[in-house]
Amino acid sequence: MLALKDAITFAWQALRANISRTLLMLLATGIGVASVVILTSLGEGARRYVSNEFSSLGTNLLIVVPGKNDTAGANPMTMFGVAERDLTIDDARALMQHPKISYLAPFNFGTADVTWRGHKRETPIQGSTAALLKLRKWKIKQGKFLPDTDMDQANPVVVIGSNIRDELFGAHAAMGQWIRIGDRRFRVIGILSDEGQSMGLSVKDAVIIPVAAAQALFNTSSLFRIFLEVKTHEAIPEVTSFIIRTIKARHQGKEDITIVTQDAILTTFNTILNSLTYAVGGIAAISLLVAGILIMNVMLVAVSQRTHEIGLLKSLGASSRIVLYLILIEAALLTLLGAFAGLLVGHLGSWGIRLAFPVLPAYPPLWASIASVLVALVSGMLFSLLPARKASRLDPVIALARH
Amino acid sequence: MIKLENIHRNFQVGEQTVHALDNINLEISKGEYLSVMGPSGSGKSTLLNLLGLLDRPSSGNYYLDNQDTTQLDEEQLAAKRNRYIGFVFQTFHLIPRLTAAENIELPLVLAGVDEKIRKQKVAAALQSMRLANRAEHKPQQLSGGQRQRVAIARATITNPAILLADEPTGNLDQKSGLNVVETLEQLNDKGITLIVVTHDAALGSRARRAIRMLDGRIESDSQQDSTNAGA
Ligand SMILES: Nc1ncnc2c1ncn2[C@@H]1O[C@H](COP(=O)(O)OP(=O)(O)O)[C@@H](O)[C@H]1O
Ligand SMILES: [Mg+2]
Repeated sequence: MLALKDAITFAWQALRANISRTLLMLLATGIGVASVVILTSLGEGARRYVSNEFSSLGTNLLIVVPGKNDTAGANPMTMFGVAERDLTIDDARALMQHPKISYLAPFNFGTADVTWRGHKRETPIQGSTAALLKLRKWKIKQGKFLPDTDMDQANPVVVIGSNIRDELFGAHAAMGQWIRIGDRRFRVIGILSDEGQSMGLSVKDAVIIPVAAAQALFNTSSLFRIFLEVKTHEAIPEVTSFIIRTIKARHQGKEDITIVTQDAILTTFNTILNSLTYAVGGIAAISLLVAGILIMNVMLVAVSQRTHEIGLLKSLGASSRIVLYLILIEAALLTLLGAFAGLLVGHLGSWGIRLAFPVLPAYPPLWASIASVLVALVSGMLFSLLPARKASRLDPVIALARH
Repeated sequence: MIKLENIHRNFQVGEQTVHALDNINLEISKGEYLSVMGPSGSGKSTLLNLLGLLDRPSSGNYYLDNQDTTQLDEEQLAAKRNRYIGFVFQTFHLIPRLTAAENIELPLVLAGVDEKIRKQKVAAALQSMRLANRAEHKPQQLSGGQRQRVAIARATITNPAILLADEPTGNLDQKSGLNVVETLEQLNDKGITLIVVTHDAALGSRARRAIRMLDGRIESDSQQDSTNAGA
């Protein structure tokens, strides 16, 4: 029986003898595989981008959100949920007692005009405490961060990011200057370093004042969030139940908060972005089926062009089975070559995307490379079955007689 | 060695049934040299294809070395073709993308013969066909006579018992035609059973036994004195 190596050699010679037909089919398969690889690398890039963003918040981060949501933590939209009962600075202070909490920062948030000598900008204002610097892993470039005083103290001080400094002060020195936020005056005591980003808000655009000052500014006694970092990952459940117990006791027995963990947010985003990646990969894989249909048609033409040759092979002692085998080997060789060319192009393409957009870690997932090659091979082989059967069933007498 | 019993081969062409072979009875011994002559359409090629196991009779029995080939399946017939039969065609049927050596090697490749042995056999065949310096040439680079000698080398590379040639000189000029015929006859001298279909009387008369066909029947079957060529 014909050896595999010889069958491959024979198929290879046939492919080389018909170079334009071969290139066409390589192109069809290659485009399919390359598009699967590139599209899934984009999806994976988006997932990694989001994942990195959240990791910059610290892995043991808990966020206490006012209001109860049944899908506690699983839905990132609770981040923007509406409060049922206000969280207060007293609540935050009560939580701080737990020994497994390393940092705790009450957080408030609103938008106001910031002005200095006629330079004016409307911008988000963050109200918090000294602990926020550590929670967000920010760095101070100049001066210092908010003073480590009691949460109640509304010192008129502000820490700003570099964009704000540039826009308000230009070439002037910012440190020690008094700026106006809304209808109040604050002294600039620190400028943040540009490193780090958090939740889409650039650190360059940050304006941070003490939380009590923010409450006065926005005329509220409530908090938007309480951020806290737990000392160890293992302590998260213990701290979580402590928070619930404490708040419940303080809120007349009502459990009216939601605790969002970093893990839960990440898991949700991972799930969403992974399904997105699978979906675009699947859509791209359809082009492999199209390639399969093209291969079928081109192989059908090839078989009818090579009728003589098939008749001859039979006269030389090739059985129908061997003819079938030879044609399938040819199709397999073709789809494998096309698939590997496509893999190469796809990986080069996603490398190019990473070069062009360094923020997007567009690494093609391994499963996409494997699956696209397999789908290409299976579709190429399935669609070649028809032409191969047609070839194997040729009557050698008629095949040889035809001119 | 070959025994045909009451062989019929019918073709259905539209409403009509064509009796390409009509009750053929024929015995051929090992090492015979036989020519098949007759007008166009008399069934010569059909007979040859049947003898070569490329085609099956509509009815009747074909014994090859006492084995009834009509009982064999497609796979077994292919194996028998590879081992017993060599075909030489009027139009050579060489594969254009393969070199002379690769064309000759093909039956051994299909039979799964080891590569080392293949190379030795092909080299020897090229030598004996006076084609040693043409081994790497593609068919287009060869003359008609050389192409047919490549085809003969290919047909005989597996050492078949029977060599079937359908109009082997039909596409050749007289000189290379004669050369090809002499090559075939040399193989017959070494023991191969040679059956040549031709409508060239001079060529037909060189065989020791001549069959004349007409309308699918054997009209005459005679031993002839091959030294009396063309008489
Ligand atoms: N595959 C076929 N289908 C229909 N008729 C055929 C076929 N092969 C041969 N015939 C018919 O059978 C007869 C004998 O053909 P053939 O053996 O080729 O004759 P020869 O080789 O003597 O010229 C012719 O009438 C031919 O038309
Ligand atoms: Mg004929």
